[in-house]
Amino acid sequence: MSFLTATYIHKSYGKIEALREFSLAVDEGEIFALVGPDGAGKTTFIRVLCHLIKTDQGDVNIAGYNIKKNFEKIKPLLGYMPQIFSLYPDLSVEENLKFYAGIYGLTGQAYESKRDYLYTFSNLGPFARRRAQALSGGMKQKLALSCALMHEPKLLILDEPTTGVDPLSRHQFWEILLQLKSEGVTILVSTPYMDEVARADRAAFVFDGRKLSEGTPEELAAGFRGRIYFLNEEPTPVLIENLNRIEGLAVQRFGAGLHLYLAESDTIANYENSLAQLNIAVEKLTPAAPGLEDRFIQLTESGS
Amino acid sequence: MNDTAVEIDNLTKRFGRFTAVDGISLTVNRGEIFGFLGANGAGKTTAIRMLCGLLLPTSGSGRVAGLDIIRQFEAIKKNIGYMSQKFALYADLTGRQNLNFYGSAYGLDKSFIAGRIKELSERLSLGEFLDRISGSLPTGWRQRLALSVALLHRPQILFLDEPTGGVDPVFRRKFWNILYSLADEGVTIFVTTHYMDEAEYCGRISIMHRGKIIDRGKPFELIAKHNADNLESMFIELIKKQEPTDEPA
Amino acid sequence: MSRLKFIALKELYHILRDPRSLLIIFLMPVMMTFLYGYAINLDVENVVIAVIDQDRTAESRELVGRFYNSAYFSRPDTETDLADPEELLRSTEAVAVLLIKPSFGRAVQRGDKFYLGLSVDGSDNALSAAVQSYSNQVLMRFLKDRLPAGYTLPGIQISLQVKYNPDLKSSHFFVPGLVALILIMISALLTSITIAREKETGTMEQLLTAPVKTHEILLGKLIPYIVIAFLDGMLILVFAKAVFGVPLVGSNLLLLLFGFIYVTTSLSIGILISTAVNTQQLAMMFALTLTMLPSVMLSGFIFPIKNMPFFLQALSYIVPARYFLTIIRGIMLKGAELEVFIGQGVMLVLLMVVFLFIAVKRFNRGTA
Repeated sequence: MSFLTATYIHKSYGKIEALREFSLAVDEGEIFALVGPDGAGKTTFIRVLCHLIKTDQGDVNIAGYNIKKNFEKIKPLLGYMPQIFSLYPDLSVEENLKFYAGIYGLTGQAYESKRDYLYTFSNLGPFARRRAQALSGGMKQKLALSCALMHEPKLLILDEPTTGVDPLSRHQFWEILLQLKSEGVTILVSTPYMDEVARADRAAFVFDGRKLSEGTPEELAAGFRGRIYFLNEEPTPVLIENLNRIEGLAVQRFGAGLHLYLAESDTIANYENSLAQLNIAVEKLTPAAPGLEDRFIQLTESGS
Repeated sequence: MNDTAVEIDNLTKRFGRFTAVDGISLTVNRGEIFGFLGANGAGKTTAIRMLCGLLLPTSGSGRVAGLDIIRQFEAIKKNIGYMSQKFALYADLTGRQNLNFYGSAYGLDKSFIAGRIKELSERLSLGEFLDRISGSLPTGWRQRLALSVALLHRPQILFLDEPTGGVDPVFRRKFWNILYSLADEGVTIFVTTHYMDEAEYCGRISIMHRGKIIDRGKPFELIAKHNADNLESMFIELIKKQEPTDEPA
Repeated sequence: MSRLKFIALKELYHILRDPRSLLIIFLMPVMMTFLYGYAINLDVENVVIAVIDQDRTAESRELVGRFYNSAYFSRPDTETDLADPEELLRSTEAVAVLLIKPSFGRAVQRGDKFYLGLSVDGSDNALSAAVQSYSNQVLMRFLKDRLPAGYTLPGIQISLQVKYNPDLKSSHFFVPGLVALILIMISALLTSITIAREKETGTMEQLLTAPVKTHEILLGKLIPYIVIAFLDGMLILVFAKAVFGVPLVGSNLLLLLFGFIYVTTSLSIGILISTAVNTQQLAMMFALTLTMLPSVMLSGFIFPIKNMPFFLQALSYIVPARYFLTIIRGIMLKGAELEVFIGQGVMLVLLMVVFLFIAVKRFNRGTA
């Protein structure tokens, strides 16, 4: 069941087309990731969904309500966490929470029990009196998330909540999202990190204002056309040049070794001889699973 | 020329009672691409600042580009290039103007700067982007520009902080190929990143936690050693093992 | 309604925790009152006057003595032989020259008609007017003392009586203007900054996704400033009365009413400015240039509007402080009734309506 549907969203800023015929549907109760680099259109799309910018064309429906006509009805269902910290730095943790609770009509006992729940959930309890500006980056994220969750929204929209955050904190953040999902919240997250796709139910690659591809993490990775092998060999320039001369092989230096790319219909056996001439035994190659990055690159380079 | 670009021995930094860096030792050879990983607050930034000659250690010793980090820290700055996470460029200046400015800040003479700009522009394919207002450039091009600034004075060692944050995968790969070619020429590259997929591009990596280096080695070897699926899960498991109730907020 | 309360309360926190706004609200009014009251003294004193005494009688010498003995006039430091008043004005520090022609003493004794020459450096308007009147006063006192009782002078007697500010004290002149200035500073400057700040930091956007109406956001943010503006205005008046003896003769109610209209107009301008900028810095610059500057220069605060070039006079018609200044001076110093300044009152209300309308419209458009 579609909770959020965006159809043919088009947005231009002068000559720059920020979003082109962007359509997306997010099902109720799923975690959907929007993955793409800076400037791809993720934030623009999210701001369209939150009715913060007007589209040139296209429509958005959330929980059956149209954004343009009924955004007031959507507001209580929506929890939005923008990319930059947008709470009040000169107010304390508790004051920020209390303010947003009040804005959503949550006061008194109802507010207090919700606040206490969020404190346990975020571990911000001990910092209740600290000014928001004095919190660390990770804590600020948690506070922003808590404020967005105050009114128990049905749809959570998070714009790059984990950018610049270390892997462990990111991991913890996703644990929180999974727990929210189990409580029935629908979540749309945008991120520049390919690896976060794996944690979502479904994801879409976004690039240059367009949606390149969409699907479950497995579907997205499986879409890669070709084979990749990892060669555990010192990637000297000489070796790379020699390997590049072999027709049908594409070489990419990778860390302490190399990645060899073959066409889908090809097999490594075809290169046994050429590799042997370079003193490389085919057994030294291990098949590598294509990464999402490989797929993304393939999609962008095919000029879609 | 010494084959070791960086060597540190039992390097420690204390701020009052807080130990930010706790006796780390490391050797990085010339032409290596070294990934410096760790959670926020693990001590990475402090360690790097000591290597860049921006902070004096409390104890321990180290040499960077053959220079002592305690006695010759001023000289170190001339031998290293630094690229910050935010691509510290003046948004209202063009790329060329940025390069000219930073060149003069490094005390380079005009003809040298002009020559370098030409070289770097060719090498990094800057083309027309060199003369556009840097604030208006897409992230990938600003990244290249920031790299040029760091390379302007031909440093032997490069420190890159989250160099490919938010950059699209095609540009990222090209950027890494540029880094690889620099490494082949003998430039040593230190990278800090939170993006584990990127860390795998490094030749060797180390992981810091609470001021100590808890493991180091080639990415694929570490993954195998810890029986992990990928670098990210390896990192998380490793940190979790250190302190099960760790809460690095 | 309670959403409004939350927004207003939050704004209060912001005000109390921002050292800049605290400075403007508490320190500035007090500082400015003292500054203007004590330092800027337009009172005429120690005017350097040169005297060309061609009569050299006991009478002329006595007159000259009275001039120099008064607090208003002082002797030039350097003695010159120059006999031409214009030369004296041009080449010495004298700003006025008294020319006593021969036969002055005889004219006084005989009660004849006589003219004394007074040349004044007219480049400073206010000064020259004052010099004229003071000179007359000195002369009149001199003559009165000389005449036997009951004697009257031939010709028209000048009876100069400066009304409403008998000592022509600058502080009485300034304080009403200060009130106008502080009010617009708080209402326009602080308001434009606080709204621009929410835009700049992104908190405004966050708020817009919440079920708050734009008028609630506006009102909630403005209410603390309205209250503060009034408190500050009253603070200045109390201070001025206590330290400088500035009176408040007229109706407090009228003052309150027009104060409210003026504050609302200033608030609207503040909101208008905030819709045109995206950063606090710009908001501050615009607010200073578009509200403070005109309020000081074009409202009649220090410089009379009548003396300005036509272009500036025309501009002053849309400066709210211009009207409010007349009203507040009228009420405070003259005890004037509504009929007297109804014209100004209407203009102020008109400005308020126009600015408010445009400001709210733009604010809604920008946040919709």
